[in-house]
Amino acid sequence: MNRFKREFLTGPYIVWIIGFIVLPILMIVYYGVTDSSNSFTLANIIAIAEPIHMKALLLSLKLALVCTVICLLLSYPLAMILNSMKFKHQNFIVFIFVLPMWMNFMLRILAWQLLLSNNGILNTVLETLHLPQFQFLNTPSAVVFGMVYDFLPFMILPLYNSMSKISADVIDAARDLGANQLQVFIKIIMPLTISGVLSGIIMVFVPALTSFVISNLLGGGKVLLIGNVIEQEFMQNMDWHMGSGLSIVLMIFVIASMAFMNSHNKDGEGTAVW
Amino acid sequence: MVKKTISRIYMALIFLFLYLPIMVLVVLSFNNSKSRVKWGGFTTQWYISMFQNKSIMDAFTMTLQITLTASVLATIIGTLAAIGIQAMRRKGTAILLGATNIPLLNADIVTGISMMLLFVRFTKLGFSTVLIAHLTFDIPYVILNVLPKLNQTSRSAYEAAMDLGATPLYAFYKIVWPDIRSGVFSGFLMAVTMSLDDFSITYFTKGAGVNTLSTMLYTELRKGIKPEMYALSTLLFAIALILLFIMNFRSSRKNDINN
Amino acid sequence: MGKEFIHLSHISKSFDNDLILDDLDLVIKENEFMTLLGPSGCGKTTTLRILGGFETPDKGQVFFDGADITMLPPNERKLNTVFQKYALFTHMTIAENIAFGLKISKKSKAYIDDKIKYALKLVNLDGFENRTVDSLSGGQQQRIAIARAIVNEPKLLLLDEPLGALDLKLRQDMQYELIRLKEELGITFVYVTHDQEEALTMSDKIVVMNQGYIQQIGSPEDIYNEPINAFVADFIGESNIIDGIMIKDELVEILGVKIPCVDTGFHLNQPVDVVIRPEDVELVDPSAGFMEGDVVSIIFKGVHYEIEVHANGYDWLVHTTKMFPVGTHVGIHVIPFNIQIMNKPESNDEKAVEINE
Repeated sequence: MNRFKREFLTGPYIVWIIGFIVLPILMIVYYGVTDSSNSFTLANIIAIAEPIHMKALLLSLKLALVCTVICLLLSYPLAMILNSMKFKHQNFIVFIFVLPMWMNFMLRILAWQLLLSNNGILNTVLETLHLPQFQFLNTPSAVVFGMVYDFLPFMILPLYNSMSKISADVIDAARDLGANQLQVFIKIIMPLTISGVLSGIIMVFVPALTSFVISNLLGGGKVLLIGNVIEQEFMQNMDWHMGSGLSIVLMIFVIASMAFMNSHNKDGEGTAVW
Repeated sequence: MVKKTISRIYMALIFLFLYLPIMVLVVLSFNNSKSRVKWGGFTTQWYISMFQNKSIMDAFTMTLQITLTASVLATIIGTLAAIGIQAMRRKGTAILLGATNIPLLNADIVTGISMMLLFVRFTKLGFSTVLIAHLTFDIPYVILNVLPKLNQTSRSAYEAAMDLGATPLYAFYKIVWPDIRSGVFSGFLMAVTMSLDDFSITYFTKGAGVNTLSTMLYTELRKGIKPEMYALSTLLFAIALILLFIMNFRSSRKNDINN
Repeated sequence: MGKEFIHLSHISKSFDNDLILDDLDLVIKENEFMTLLGPSGCGKTTTLRILGGFETPDKGQVFFDGADITMLPPNERKLNTVFQKYALFTHMTIAENIAFGLKISKKSKAYIDDKIKYALKLVNLDGFENRTVDSLSGGQQQRIAIARAIVNEPKLLLLDEPLGALDLKLRQDMQYELIRLKEELGITFVYVTHDQEEALTMSDKIVVMNQGYIQQIGSPEDIYNEPINAFVADFIGESNIIDGIMIKDELVEILGVKIPCVDTGFHLNQPVDVVIRPEDVELVDPSAGFMEGDVVSIIFKGVHYEIEVHANGYDWLVHTTKMFPVGTHVGIHVIPFNIQIMNKPESNDEKAVEINE
């Protein structure tokens, strides 16, 4: 009786899921496979093969991959350092990485623009020091830089989370059985943090693959990602069918990368980040 | 010892990377110069003039309204949902948690576009559509914060309370609530953070005339950013920082008392 | 048995200004089953961790077979540890867990396979090679943790409350199992526990510890029958511990009554602790005892009755096979040999007395 009543509390949420998660995705699918006269077509999806779209998609995949690898390489040592510091309140770590989000995301990216632009702060400093200046803005590297900046916390937090769950006893046991620190790392810490690594990869790769604002701000319109293409279809060309078709392709990539990660995540911990 | 020093330096560099843009913005908010790269002396004028700028104040009010309304509603719906999910059988739990992950993991741009397509079919874009969109991505954060706390609470304590004659509501308030309170609160905080920081989803679901700080910034990019925006953001950040310290202080004091 | 094997020499260790071990000196002989026994916080686990290499002492040295290993990291010590909560590697199968140490020391595959088989047989878990850690019960996990340690053929096995998480029946079975293992392997065991019964059952030698000091070292019989102070007496089994005054040699006064004992060498009128085990208290006719009292409670415990007798303002704990209904007026008698006289602790910090061997 009691069990039945408690389940009822999910009611509003289930309505919400159907109305505002499932239905909208069905709308995208509907627009994606129809043309302006509402008749069925696959043209919008096949349009991904057009050179300009394909180029954007491949560039997005490439930049997202580079961004994910950099985030992983930066975060792993950091998570280990943080874990070794044994904070009294674990929440504190989360706070440190969430706090920057209270400064508007767009302004933070703009600040990088100010720092990195050709006559920006860094180059001004370099100039007064009579050092060679660098041209960095409006290149794919700058876009990757911005993505790493924006998505780094989403790699650090799951990594730190999975690392903090490894009990000290297990490390001690491995040392006791003769493992040196490198062997402890390779045989114990790495395998036990694999679910955190996979969560982090998903949390970074998907938004990096689909981002369009960072490339706008730091790529100066010269770096066209698949997200930018879709945004233009909707906001400038007003071709919702084409935009939806390309979105479906994007969704397929998102789902594929999630499925790939899930199949490698035996722990079934899913993507609990916080 | 050397290892420790290298660790510290590495950590400092990462934090510098994360916080450098924020420092730049804070400095710019006090910069008495239109140039964004030259220091023209200290001023607080932007902190005064931002209150006189109608479009900034409108966007600010809109941002606050959406953030707070969405966060409060999301906290209620999400907490109730979490309690329900915990009582469900394994299969139902799996399906609902899967659905909960969709807005978290799906591309923001796809989430935004899909909702826009739905909204324009049935209604006009405006405040309420932005609110619904924010609720949709806020609720999962609440659920994911509350559910672990619920799983930690002892079911038998709740049942014991009822056995001793408490009504379900009273048992919940006395037994379950104290255990999940911190989860509900951090869920609410995450919802506020995500709403405040969102651009993509708001961008697609807002109608003409509705502007949050993010979307206003985006449209004004080419015209150049008003220094008042730096001031306003610095102010918001400072408030967050102060709130955080108060909370940390309170919770560590509570811990000390418990010890 | 007999050769000095391990020597913990004048070890001190503190955490956050909290002194855990103070100038601890302990010798462990070859092939000994030595148990460190004491309440939580007494320093027994820290002692074990210093032996294992997980902690470095602030002062003092650790000698292993004559060699100073104080600064040697755990992976270079010829000993293995069985951890309290098993500390199995959940991402590996049982066979992989057991093979861990052997693979690191680069043993051949055939050797490793043999060893896994042998170890699983030794802990009565033949055929568990490919099971996952999660599919095992607590007792089984503990056996695997032991198997994982002993395949490396350590000369010393450290066990940190290995049976603490098991239920009573399983714990008793495992006690015999451990004794058998020790006999078969012929190596030295250092065992940490707060369970006095466990210590009495298994050990060759017991080290009773409290607040960082060794209270008493001895065989289980010594420790039980001749506790050196009230703390040991109280910690090892239940006792009647009564304030007394030594009137003269072989005569002590407790609760206003002078009774004969066998102890000598105390000062005249020296305050002492008098310890009498409950099974040594005889209930006799009121006139035949050295004091009279009334039965206030009786509980049937299976082997014996546990009786509380109120006499001369003290509640005596008595174990007897005879039944005395509540209210019975009885006499209390103890033969002189069963009365233990002990020095009172010197400081107010009662039980933390340092003793010199």
